[in-house]
Amino acid sequence: MMTTMPDLSPLYAELFLAGAALVLLMLGVFRGEQSARSISGFAVIALIATAGLVLAGGGETVTTFGGSFISDQFAVYMKVVSLLGAAMILVISGPYMQAEKMDRFEYPVLILLATLGMCLMISANDLIALYMGLELQSLALYVIAAFKRNSQRSTEAGLKYFVLGALSSGMYLYGASMLYGFTGSVGFEGIAQSAAAAEVSGGVVIGLVFVAAALAFKISAVPFHMWTPDVYEGAPTPVTAFFAAAPKAAGVALVVRVMIDAFGTMGPQWQQIMIVVSILSMALGAFAAIGQTNIKRLMAYSSIGHMGYALVGLAAGTVEGITGVLVYMAIYVVMNGGVWVCILSMRRAEGMVENIDDLAGLAKNNPTMAFALAVLMFSLAGIPPMAGFFGKFYVFMAAVDAGLITLAVIGLVTSVVGAFYYIRIVKVIYMDEPAAAFDAPASGGMRVVLLGSTAFTILFVVAPSSLVEVAGKAAASLF
Amino acid sequence: MPVGLEHYLTVAAILFTLGVFGIFLNRKNVIIILMSIELMLLSVNINLVAFSVFLQDMVGQIFAMLVLTVAAGEAAIGLAILVVYFRNRGSIEVEDINMMKG
Repeated sequence: MMTTMPDLSPLYAELFLAGAALVLLMLGVFRGEQSARSISGFAVIALIATAGLVLAGGGETVTTFGGSFISDQFAVYMKVVSLLGAAMILVISGPYMQAEKMDRFEYPVLILLATLGMCLMISANDLIALYMGLELQSLALYVIAAFKRNSQRSTEAGLKYFVLGALSSGMYLYGASMLYGFTGSVGFEGIAQSAAAAEVSGGVVIGLVFVAAALAFKISAVPFHMWTPDVYEGAPTPVTAFFAAAPKAAGVALVVRVMIDAFGTMGPQWQQIMIVVSILSMALGAFAAIGQTNIKRLMAYSSIGHMGYALVGLAAGTVEGITGVLVYMAIYVVMNGGVWVCILSMRRAEGMVENIDDLAGLAKNNPTMAFALAVLMFSLAGIPPMAGFFGKFYVFMAAVDAGLITLAVIGLVTSVVGAFYYIRIVKVIYMDEPAAAFDAPASGGMRVVLLGSTAFTILFVVAPSSLVEVAGKAAASLF
Repeated sequence: MPVGLEHYLTVAAILFTLGVFGIFLNRKNVIIILMSIELMLLSVNINLVAFSVFLQDMVGQIFAMLVLTVAAGEAAIGLAILVVYFRNRGSIEVEDINMMKG
């Protein structure tokens, strides 16, 4: 039997990233522990180079491997966001890893593999490819959550993340098997054709619900968020920063692709799920964060809330809605980078501190960082003219245009409630009795990320249309 | 009585439910959670293979092979995390996994 080689050109970027991860792994094994810093640097270069390759690959829609891998504008956009998000976190991880004596070469290699998984799942065009990408990402993330091997909290975080992640993978698989059985296809096009039939069978709906629940788990949307605060608190801080950035972007991309590409015609069914999930996430993100004293835990609830806002755009289900989601995720990843630089700088002689009260006096001890953190907090709260406002603006406008006015109103109310705890942090920084200063912080890389993130947040208002146009093209390629 | 598709699906659904309840109701031991996860993944394989035969389509069996492979990797990583956890904590009782509460 003759088999032809599939066309590899759409996935040169992924092949490059996989090759880079393996080469760096070998380099680490042969050069030993002292190579960790250089490998981390190479990994950042590899991530940025991969983003360049993705962009160079262009945006026309091509499929390969018998239709299980798709490359289009949407994939290009989300891959670039995820890759740059991962590179950013790797840059700011360095000082923490050295101070905590955790700078082992496995960390950058695992980040590369997780990011490779994200790229594959963003480009997945059938249930099997999606599962393989998702697992490549998740398995790497379980390991880095428990990366601080001698810490009880880190290993507990790893264990919790593993158990709940495996549960969600199981639910995804059960849903996928139902979809396969009742539509006779694992490809998204095949599923979409069966779903377009007048009478959709119950099995397909069951499959849809299981898959949606599993994907909600991966982006930590309520009611599948239970793991998030514990894992965010327990995992080493740079790992938490990574969890909050790239995997969230990739997870949202996955939800969007599955819902629009595979279930586009079943809109009324999944929109109800998305509306409920989105309202619950926004509400929990706003209310549960109020009582938190640990800043990592607070950021966990904040990320749950932000997933709720992103899903508002998906619930609208229109091109404008998806554009809003894409803009939101890009802004979210950039803002988060800056916030985590500040959290990673919270170090005193006795070690890392994680309480919000420890930020008191930052305005006196380090005015630049205090200003940057205040700007980022206003942006997370969605106060104009910061970038975060525009993220929310586009998703809410799309929801209103789609007739989901109640959803938009609830979103506005929860973002006002959420503003309370973001602004409380600003108050602690500027008005509370100063606490001891942090140790001279911030490596060069951290400063660059903080500066870039703050500048983006402030200057986004100057030319919002440049990003929105790109996102609009990416969203249009899905429909 | 001939064994049809619905019988396979029923068995798979029962096994899957047992797996899910094994994770949530079990208050003893993390190893049992790992076994429950395995049970869930294998029940999915029954589903996939039954559908594959019913639909006369090989894709389901290929999917099942991939699930088996990933399940092995997942079990390996789960056990490795469990070993580091045990070294730090000296116990793998589910009730002891409570360092962080919120």
